Amino acid sequence: MSAADAIAEAPNVATPLPKRRPLFAAILFVLIALLPLAVTFGLPAHWMTLVTRAMIFAIAALSLDLILGVGGLVSFGHAAFIGIGAYATGILITEGRPEALLILPVILIACAIFGAITGAVSLRTRGVAFIMITLAFGQMAFFLAQALSAYGGDDGLTLPERSTVLGYDLFANRTRFFYVVLAALAGCYGLVSMIVASRFGRVLRASRENATRVTVTGFDVGRVRLIAYVISGMIAGLSGFFLANQTEFVSPAFMSWQRSGELIFMVVLGGTGSLHGAIVGAIAFLFAEDVLASWTEHWKAIFGPLIVLFVLFTRGGIVGILGKLAGRRDG
Amino acid sequence: MTTSLLIVQILNGLQLGILLFLVAAGLTLVFGVMDFINLAHGVQYMLGAYLAVTFVSLTGSFMLGLVLALAAALAFGLVLEFLVFRHLYERDHLDQVLATFGLILLLNQGVKIVWGAAPLSVPVPEFLSGSVRLMDGILYPTYRFALIGAGLAVGGLLWFIVEKTRTGMLLRAGASNAPMVSALGVDIRKLFMIVFAFGTMLAGFAGAMAAPILSVEPGMGDTVLILAFVVIVVGGIGSIRGAFVGALIVGLVDTLGRSFMNDLLRLFMSAPSARATGAALSSMLIYLVMAVVLFVRPEGLLPSKGRT
Repeated sequence: MSAADAIAEAPNVATPLPKRRPLFAAILFVLIALLPLAVTFGLPAHWMTLVTRAMIFAIAALSLDLILGVGGLVSFGHAAFIGIGAYATGILITEGRPEALLILPVILIACAIFGAITGAVSLRTRGVAFIMITLAFGQMAFFLAQALSAYGGDDGLTLPERSTVLGYDLFANRTRFFYVVLAALAGCYGLVSMIVASRFGRVLRASRENATRVTVTGFDVGRVRLIAYVISGMIAGLSGFFLANQTEFVSPAFMSWQRSGELIFMVVLGGTGSLHGAIVGAIAFLFAEDVLASWTEHWKAIFGPLIVLFVLFTRGGIVGILGKLAGRRDG
Repeated sequence: MTTSLLIVQILNGLQLGILLFLVAAGLTLVFGVMDFINLAHGVQYMLGAYLAVTFVSLTGSFMLGLVLALAAALAFGLVLEFLVFRHLYERDHLDQVLATFGLILLLNQGVKIVWGAAPLSVPVPEFLSGSVRLMDGILYPTYRFALIGAGLAVGGLLWFIVEKTRTGMLLRAGASNAPMVSALGVDIRKLFMIVFAFGTMLAGFAGAMAAPILSVEPGMGDTVLILAFVVIVVGGIGSIRGAFVGALIVGLVDTLGRSFMNDLLRLFMSAPSARATGAALSSMLIYLVMAVVLFVRPEGLLPSKGRT
């Protein structure tokens, strides 16, 4: 029953404005790139920190959109990859190895291994079971981090310094760090766009619409999904690297299951399967959180109902709504 | 010494398993019949505990407080069903997950606003406050025995309702083919509401019964919810028998792992490294069990029959 619904609705939700997508993304990146300039002309200075953080989460949301939006796999444990990236960064810096060119390969390998193992098990199931299992594996990573008493355990780990690149402290300056993260986000966006446009991406997308048909056509759906899951986890690990460097702190809370839920909401808020929607969603999410948290410490009591209302009454996310408005104007 | 500790820990594991079963049974029932994944189920467990705190202190009687707390938990669950869940049954799982996730954020925070963030507790009722002497030198609190007994009784009742009554027959029919049941003239909305009320009561009951032995605090439902997911996945989605077996496995493995992993590792490791590895391994143990079960049987140990 619900599977039929999903198939019937999928094209509307998954592919809003495929032609205008590069343009939309380009405008978005130019606007973000102009932010430091706008801050010198009087925009609140903490927007720099906020947008940097939003871009870091946008990298993670983008990676989640690859499996959730394009592949139709609702992973509720994606924060684990952020945590692995953040902890690898934290542990290596604490051990006196801040070199990014060492840390990044370690993160990518660690995330690939974790993704391959958890993916191989969880992808044996579909639908709700997949949601529950990814949630459970995320929680496993959370408890593992809590048990790391040598690296702060439950209290987390404060980093003595930020990473360096070839010995040069590229991340020390706020504006420089901002542009490094922006470049990383743009790079990830380009990479994921290429993956989605490739033959592999088409098979992944098709497997969401009708896995049986793709299998009959001669593709190994399980393998395609596993590869997408691993790639997605590696990109999320990269966002963990930047997150640890921005906050100069890592803690088990980085991979709490609420964080995974928030990532899903970012993707859906922006518009699933559109890629740039994930970026828009992450930015909107962090700004909403910032505004609400400045009103009251009980901001979650407002944010929760907003999520419920959003799910009940909107379709296609922010990008979908913008697309509809633009379409109406064109017509 | 080790034998007595083992017996006590097995009882503790059983007790955790029973609590998990009460929560998981409702969750798996709602999912099995309505194809609805309700993350807010853990919050209903938490509400059961908080309502027990309030009503036990208001009435001064544990039993009366328990009954009132259950009634209030049920009423609250039905309000949620009417306002939110009802509109999600036809949606895809992603929407269900997100909307109920939003409810968790709201209710965890709401509980903090109403009852405060500090942990609360319910006094153990007078008539169950003693200990039972199992054998020389081993005492076990009566209340924990009562909890195991009450949980088993509820489990038995659940089995009776599902297997032997007309409502139960409709539930099983709904679980295997809801549109067909509807087409045969059964009011499916009413059936859904009964199932949902059932699940809410079970979760609320588990929370209220756990209140005297656990600290009642915001977020207590989240931990239980995720453990209940592990239980359901291990046991087989939609299957109550599976939930029972899965809950006992998870309860026992988790409890025994936490208490004996250190000693086990000490046999071939130095004490400090055994402690560090033990802590990490024991907290991951149930997830590893889950992974192994899934690897061998992706549909769980006792999958419900007739699901397509």
